[in-house]
Amino acid sequence: MFIKKYIQEIWGAVKSLLKGMRRTGYYFTHHKEIITQQYPDNRETLNLPERFKGEVVMPHDENNEHRCTGCQACELACPNGTIKVIFKNELNAEGKKKKAIDKLVYHLELCTMCNLCIEACPSDAIKMAQTFEHSVFDRNELTKILNNPGSKIMDGVE
Amino acid sequence: MWSFSNIANSIHEWLSNNFNPTWTIIIEMVIAGVAVISLFALLGLVLVIMERKVSAWMQIRLGPNRVGPKGMFQSLADTLKLLVKEGLTPGGADKFLFNLAPFIAMIVAMLLMAPIAFAKDFQLWDLNIGVLFVSAVSSIMVISILMAGWASNNKYSLMGAMRSGAQIVSYELSAGLSILAVVVMTGSLQVSEIIESQRNGWWIFKGHLPMLIAFVTFIIAVTAETNRAPFDLAEAESELTAGFHTEYSGMKFALFFLAEYVNVFIVCAIGATLFLGGWMPFHIGKWEGFNHVMDYIPSSIWFFGKTFFLIFLIMWFRWTFPRLRIDQLLNLEWKYLLPISMINLLIVTAMAILGWHF
Repeated sequence: MFIKKYIQEIWGAVKSLLKGMRRTGYYFTHHKEIITQQYPDNRETLNLPERFKGEVVMPHDENNEHRCTGCQACELACPNGTIKVIFKNELNAEGKKKKAIDKLVYHLELCTMCNLCIEACPSDAIKMAQTFEHSVFDRNELTKILNNPGSKIMDGVE
Repeated sequence: MWSFSNIANSIHEWLSNNFNPTWTIIIEMVIAGVAVISLFALLGLVLVIMERKVSAWMQIRLGPNRVGPKGMFQSLADTLKLLVKEGLTPGGADKFLFNLAPFIAMIVAMLLMAPIAFAKDFQLWDLNIGVLFVSAVSSIMVISILMAGWASNNKYSLMGAMRSGAQIVSYELSAGLSILAVVVMTGSLQVSEIIESQRNGWWIFKGHLPMLIAFVTFIIAVTAETNRAPFDLAEAESELTAGFHTEYSGMKFALFFLAEYVNVFIVCAIGATLFLGGWMPFHIGKWEGFNHVMDYIPSSIWFFGKTFFLIFLIMWFRWTFPRLRIDQLLNLEWKYLLPISMINLLIVTAMAILGWHF
């Protein structure tokens, strides 16, 4: 029936529009839900969301050990060549030669924080940090080496 | 008690005691003009900061909060910035029409101020066809937009202006028909009589459901007429940069911007006058005590309160609803609003004849 459909359409439209207005009206009256950060003022008490992506870092434990095997998955996953893995050969306990990372070079100036390297990493060696004040006077400082000097791979990570 | 009409009367008395009638009229006209222009400036400042704050809170943001207490002087700072900016006229533009268009927009807004009753017995010109005057003059608005779009010699401007033309011309119909519903009930086009007829109750309550439908239609139509989202196809930032005022800068842009906000104020004032009783206080039937308390609130506060409530409603629409496409826009008018308001007018007429209202 044409008239029935016509009225149903109007009813549906009014209902969905009122639903939207209810939502914005709720936000209008509930100022506590405001998610904007007053950044320079609350620098000490900054409350960043969990998924905020600032830069790539490699966590080390207290023995200066990391989890990176040097599999290059991150280097391959990176769309714009931000990560470069440089290898060295290392002797392990049995005196055998073993491939390990010498430097994991990270170009912060090229990084778009797309998170693809973190998703590609099979051993959770790298993660996104929440730091974001990256401005420096010399752009060489933006080329970072993620592994600490003298660090080695954690036992049991292959 | 303090009121706008007392001030106006004392000024008039003082002038007639000191000058001859001709000079009295001239000086009063100058005072009225200055008052309207300063009201414009004030409205521009207040409505812009209101819009920015409302939009911010609806989008879970904070909005302007640096200039002055809680950012309340932000629009003043923006106005100062616009005043010192260069008003550039593009080389390929039609210079005369390009520079004339913003002034026409402002003149239309100023003309529309004439029949609005701001408080009890405080009105610039209580002409006997007030409502007709408003709906006639507000259609001149489209000329300034078309003029701006054509004279800019820019494809975006022209497209924005053409869309705006199609939109205003079609939505004028349903706005007019919903105004007619009130006129039918009242039996008069005069603004003061329309307000007087709502002494025992506003039309939105007295007129039952048909009047409510007329009110909703009116609000939708005037939102479209003032080119505001969800009907802001004339500007459509994402499609046409800024529509008809793409090429405008400095104070000429500011005039268009101001005219937009003043028009919002005017249509809301008209809506408040027709449906919410203008400056009439809110009365409930036989509750004498309650009615006396309501009478104690000054009439100007009632008028501006209702108007700003409607302005808030229109801002709420703007920051909630997505923009319509041009075909959806014309569908909404010609397939839904126009038939509904026509049938509604028929019902309202029957109600008025049979006396089915309070």
